Amino acid sequence: MRSTWKLIWPPLVAVIFFLAAWQVSVSLFHIEKWILPSPTDIAGEFSGNAAGIGAHTLATLRLTMIGFPIGIAVGLIVALLLHLIPWAKRSFYPLIILSQNVPSIALGPLLIIWFGFGLLPKIVLITLVCFFPVAVAAMGGLAQSDRMMMNYMKMAGASKWQIFTKLELPSSLPSMFSGMKISASYAVMGAVVAEWIGADKGIGVYMLLQKSAYRTDRMFVAIMIIVLLSLVLFALIVLLEKWLVRWKPRRNS
Amino acid sequence: MSEVTQVQHRITEVPSSIGIRTAPFALEVSGISKSFAHRRRETKVLSDVSLQVEPQEFVSIVGPSGCGKSTLFHIIGGLEQPDSGTVSMNGNVVTGQRGMISYMPQQPALFPWRTIEENVLLATEIAGQVRDTAREEARHWLAKVGLAGFERAYPHMLSGGMQQRAAFLRALLAPQELMLLDEPFSALDALTRSEMQRWLLELWEENRRSVLFITHNIEEALLLSNRIYVFSGRPGSILQRVDIPFPRPRREEIIDSPEFLNLKRQLSQWMREEQAKKPLT
Repeated sequence: MRSTWKLIWPPLVAVIFFLAAWQVSVSLFHIEKWILPSPTDIAGEFSGNAAGIGAHTLATLRLTMIGFPIGIAVGLIVALLLHLIPWAKRSFYPLIILSQNVPSIALGPLLIIWFGFGLLPKIVLITLVCFFPVAVAAMGGLAQSDRMMMNYMKMAGASKWQIFTKLELPSSLPSMFSGMKISASYAVMGAVVAEWIGADKGIGVYMLLQKSAYRTDRMFVAIMIIVLLSLVLFALIVLLEKWLVRWKPRRNS
Repeated sequence: MSEVTQVQHRITEVPSSIGIRTAPFALEVSGISKSFAHRRRETKVLSDVSLQVEPQEFVSIVGPSGCGKSTLFHIIGGLEQPDSGTVSMNGNVVTGQRGMISYMPQQPALFPWRTIEENVLLATEIAGQVRDTAREEARHWLAKVGLAGFERAYPHMLSGGMQQRAAFLRALLAPQELMLLDEPFSALDALTRSEMQRWLLELWEENRRSVLFITHNIEEALLLSNRIYVFSGRPGSILQRVDIPFPRPRREEIIDSPEFLNLKRQLSQWMREEQAKKPLT
């Protein structure tokens, strides 16, 4: 318990210091509320108008919770296929790397032309944003199993499938989870951008509405919610990792 | 006196047994050579290596570092193909075939995501054998080697010596008869090492498997083996073949006997000469 507290207090103090500096500068320099609202303004708006943003939050959450698992699944499937079929990896891996030079978000308008204004183009966008970190991390993990253990498996006469299920797959789990953690924060961002491009509900839509009204404080509330959603998603992945990768030695022991 | 006659007996026995052997060797390596191409230069690693392990015999290989001992193991294990020569087990040529031996590597190489019990069962699992009986046997053996209570523990919770014992059990419980032990104690501290030597000696004498054992440590080889092959430096070839006369069961006290010290001196001498030939790099 004491060690967790030791871990928590330095960033906590930093955040409090940052918020205090923000609050003081806003009142000291008389910054207009529509340019930069103070933390207390934002907190007041958040607690006073929670109902107004609730439905939007739920819509974004729903979109993320559909898109993120699909993105992870696609990433893992791509990684497994390319790992198990060496010629496929040789031919497609460079293409996949290259494809990441196309800014996925810029594809949004195109996706709307192709798939309309429904759920599908949004899911496709989130998938495009999420699959890459998972696929690359998983492939790296699968290819880098311990050489001694690999030698052991081969000498013991293990088949390719046994090597895959008993060695490569379990040893790549930690890498897969680091990919998923990166994707977790991309997923909420992808959902918000998808909503900017065309939706009738969601945090993205809410931000656009507040922008036209110059309600900077409400935009900050939206940003806060995005951060919170990302953190929750991240925490879910960490919990899943802790449960699945129980065998890993604790870092501080 | 009895030891000396045993040596002579052994030596006279070998040539006569070549033609009319009844039981085939557990392992027979004949005329193995191997080169590796490295930066466009051929490096010869093994040159015409031949050696035999009889059923239920403990045979050691000692030699300077870089003498190709590990390459020889990789060839016997089927990881590498020799440039020439054959590997036979129980009379069948098995050159390049995998899954014929049970192997214990230098580092324990236990799988960190498996519990100790699951690690020990890995080789039987790969061979596709019935799990329940194997599990029972594993439990029995874990208790026997002082790992009772650690069946459900993960490898990182164990000390180096305990991990090595688990890795040894994994090899012992493998269905293959011949065990290859590749410097299994080299990563341990001196005290744990001598403890593990005693432990292995006792365990082996109780249930004799055919063993081929690589080590740098002459005393370890003398204590454990029926026969020692002394390897030359690169390219590795067999310099000497020494039959070790001490009767079984052996006790650790023999390391203070004059015969033991004599043999040790002789082997050290050969090793030093080999090491001295090596160009300093």
